[in-house]
Amino acid sequence: MIINHPLLGPRDAAEFVYLGDAALIDRPDWQAEDAAEAFHAYGYLRDNPAGVHRELWYHEQGDRSWLVVTRDTVSHEITAVELARDVARARGRGR
Amino acid sequence: MSQIHRIGGGLIDRATEITFTFNGKAMRGHPGDTLASALLANGQRLVGRSFKYHRPRGIFTAGSEEPNALVELRKGAAQEPNTRATVAELFDGLEARSQNHRGSLEFDLMAVTDLLSPFLSAGFYYKTFMWPRAFWEKLYEPAIRASAGLGRLTMEEDPDTYDKGYLHCDLLVIGAGPSGLMAARTAARAGARVIVADEDFVMGGRLNAETLEVNGRPGADWAAGVVAELAAMENVRLMPRSTVYGAYDHGTYGVLERCTDHLATSGGKPRQVLWRVYSRHAVLAAGATERPIAFGNNDRPGVMLAGAVRAYANRWGVAPGRRVAVFTNNDDGWRTAADLAAKGIEVPAVIDTRDAPAVCDVPGARHVRGASVMDTRGRKGLRQITLTDGQMIDVDCLAVSGGWNPNVHLTCHQRGRPAWRDDLAAFVPGRDLPPGMVVAGAANGAMTLALALREGFAAAEALGYADKSDLPRAEDEPRECAPVWHVPQSRARAWLDLQNDVTVKDVKQAHQEGFRAVEHLKRYTTLGMATDQGKTANIPALAIMADCTGRTIPETGTTIFRPPYTPVPIGALAGRARGRDFRPYRLTPSHRWAEAHGASFVEVGNWLRAQWFAREGEQGWRDSVDREVLMTRGSVGICDVTTLGKIDIQGRDAGEFLNRVYCNGFATLAVGKVRYGLMLREDGIAYDDGTTARLGENHYVMTTTTANAVTVFRRLEFARQCLWPDLDVHLISTTDGWAQFAVAGPNARKLLRKVVDTEHDLSNEAFPFMACAEVTVCGGMPARLFRISFSGELAYEVAVPARYGNAMMGVLMEAGAEFDAVPYGTEALGVMRIEKGHAAGNELNGQTTAHNLGMGRMVSQKKDCIGNVLSQRPEMLHEDAVKLVGFRPVDRATGLIAGSHFIRQGDAATMENDQGWMSSVAYSPSLGHSIGLGFLKRGDARMGEILRAVSPVHGREMEVEVVSAHFINPDGERLRG
Repeated sequence: MIINHPLLGPRDAAEFVYLGDAALIDRPDWQAEDAAEAFHAYGYLRDNPAGVHRELWYHEQGDRSWLVVTRDTVSHEITAVELARDVARARGRGR
Repeated sequence: MSQIHRIGGGLIDRATEITFTFNGKAMRGHPGDTLASALLANGQRLVGRSFKYHRPRGIFTAGSEEPNALVELRKGAAQEPNTRATVAELFDGLEARSQNHRGSLEFDLMAVTDLLSPFLSAGFYYKTFMWPRAFWEKLYEPAIRASAGLGRLTMEEDPDTYDKGYLHCDLLVIGAGPSGLMAARTAARAGARVIVADEDFVMGGRLNAETLEVNGRPGADWAAGVVAELAAMENVRLMPRSTVYGAYDHGTYGVLERCTDHLATSGGKPRQVLWRVYSRHAVLAAGATERPIAFGNNDRPGVMLAGAVRAYANRWGVAPGRRVAVFTNNDDGWRTAADLAAKGIEVPAVIDTRDAPAVCDVPGARHVRGASVMDTRGRKGLRQITLTDGQMIDVDCLAVSGGWNPNVHLTCHQRGRPAWRDDLAAFVPGRDLPPGMVVAGAANGAMTLALALREGFAAAEALGYADKSDLPRAEDEPRECAPVWHVPQSRARAWLDLQNDVTVKDVKQAHQEGFRAVEHLKRYTTLGMATDQGKTANIPALAIMADCTGRTIPETGTTIFRPPYTPVPIGALAGRARGRDFRPYRLTPSHRWAEAHGASFVEVGNWLRAQWFAREGEQGWRDSVDREVLMTRGSVGICDVTTLGKIDIQGRDAGEFLNRVYCNGFATLAVGKVRYGLMLREDGIAYDDGTTARLGENHYVMTTTTANAVTVFRRLEFARQCLWPDLDVHLISTTDGWAQFAVAGPNARKLLRKVVDTEHDLSNEAFPFMACAEVTVCGGMPARLFRISFSGELAYEVAVPARYGNAMMGVLMEAGAEFDAVPYGTEALGVMRIEKGHAAGNELNGQTTAHNLGMGRMVSQKKDCIGNVLSQRPEMLHEDAVKLVGFRPVDRATGLIAGSHFIRQGDAATMENDQGWMSSVAYSPSLGHSIGLGFLKRGDARMGEILRAVSPVHGREMEVEVVSAHFINPDGERLRG
């Protein structure tokens, strides 16, 4: 597969390490009332869609960017590649 | 033997004669021959024995689809089994041997299996060798493997080298026949970067095997002209002898180039190169494969595909027989008859299953309308055929054509399914092509030359490469086909899959026994599972299954096509990653010093580390390790600890970041101090540990374990970028940047005092336990000094830029000479950490928590950190949970066994009574007996208890006493002294 890195252009998937569902960005609040349940869901429950999937890839053999890649798990078509840092900020993560 | 079957014409160099041997017999051929064409020229029809029945077999095709003519090439370590003679390019001195027979090829002792064939039908293994069960591994399987199977491996190391490479192009053209060459020329003239790959050693595809004309000239000449034009263009790379074996995601293709297989030796160059080709677009112009018709005894040497017969006559100037009959269900078979007759070969009859007028005039041939061949005779070579109308005709070769199948394989490598076309009676590419791929020519069902040329041109044009040149002129040759798959009047066995010996009867039996889905049919009969992957066999077999079930062929469906298109040697897939180079390994900075001082090395992750340093007179590794431990604890020892991961962490929020990735607090760590840190996984399990030093206000250096150096860094980047993107913190791995040495033992300070420049105060007051500083050594060289201890002794770690590491080891040893300083390896390191009760990889094994490790109170509940929330789950904090404690054998002379499980005295050694396990053991030279660390239920409350330590794996058990994990200096005054 080829991943079109937002900073570096098209790179072979072999340069990357795969982590999984981009929902891992949404780490729960440790002080919330339901923190235990929320962390349980965060740690163990994943959707496994046959189709469009947003997932985390790490450019370990490159610039060490974490990327959010939108990929169809059936056809492997990649429709979007974003810097995970930007995605995290857009989802309200900061300090 | 001379070339008795050589006739005129062809693309061979007749001026040059080369010699080769087949089963030791010397034969002659010409450059341009394949081994198959040369064997036929020399009159060698029998070339092998079949897989299961050991039937005599000959050459069946003229290409990579060959099921029969598998041979061993070359000798010694370079010997290669199962090579298709039809694609092996002849060279002077080639040695070839037939396979799969006991005794000679002519008198195979195993041919008796053919007489047993009634018992050896589909599924016979599963039915016959069921009982007794124990016989399978010892008797049945070895016997079956000895009698079946193809070529043999030499078991010697492959002397050749293989390489891998990467190519980029706008357009990859797969196949250099008429449509491929047209597509390539059109795109190349439009300026595209084009790669043309073809499995053959002469480009041109079927044009080289036909008498068809392009622009009024022989097709082969036209092809040669286009190839010459392309070869002269800078934007074109021609790759003959290169098979595109797989279509992968996003325009990536796998290509195997055979660089030196056509030479006597590779001359030190890579024999084959596995290319990964990145393409914007691809034109699949892979042509078509002819299929046979099944009839009785259709497997004899001399029965060949019609297109192959005329290829041998036209391209190689070889007559596959003296009297050649043609059996066809389509117009194309007639072309073989006409071409042979034109070459002066006797064609006694054209047998056409269709009751229709002759397609063309074939001088001397009888046209037998509406009839079929139903049987053949000739034990080691065809002598006679019997027709359904009872006629018998003496022939030594029968050219069979059952129509042509487009080579759709690569269109299906990404889930695509082919579509059935009734007019061709064949599958053509479906709509679901790999993105970027266009199919042209016969591969697309365009079965005439004029169509193929036009489609090649159109394919390039459709991809945006326009060229104003005229289309070359060619005719649309007749290609009508009336499908006939099997001659039902046949009484003898009729073969479908020649390579795996699958007959029509086997397919019918599979149907009767319920294996009707194509994937079941394939696995039950082994149809299409041989090295040829059923290229000539699958479609006729599907047709017979369709007939049995009353469904159509498209309803019956095909099995899934997967890469590779033709076999790819394991050597090519491995490339240079073999033997010692299979996995890269790294050397520590002091490796050369260690080598020169008798070190034995051990792989730790991908590092080679010194395991111990043997001295003369020592009887075994234990002698060396015991000495290293005692001398370190007695005076001072030095160990290269560079392999531990080092991560430089800087930024205004670096402290806060550390506070969140370690479970214990880091907010209060002062500049110039070091702290032990434990990292958890988000699920609360202990993950990694190490120390982090604060070198400056916003500057920290973290160490990780050797094993997790890469993954800890990855996780920290994840936390930095994905979890807290606005923290001001930056990371860089400096594992390779600094050579680091542990200097441990009561004389460590005295030794370092001689090395560290005098302006740095090393006194216990100025530089106490857990201090750190940036210092200079050896008169001004920058270094880092940490007062940390893994051994429990007064100890330091000193780091210098990596390139000085080897010299630094020498400097430290020289400075330590007066103290009898000793270098120690990973074994002594391990013994000392067990003596001190420090957890390592055996304890941080992915199953244990901080609570288990006795560090539960370190997990701060006052802050957010990774793993904090889930580590507090009640089950993980259970009072019955295992705790890390020490063990010693009640009989001190006994050696403990790592992996033993603890059982209460009097209890049976069962899972229910399991109390925990021993994770690390060592012989402690300091105590004079074996010691162990392990996890025991409520272990911290069971000091002094005697337990059984049971190791069913070793069939041993012993009594052990629960003790503190801190065997040595539990109060720690040594490391603080």
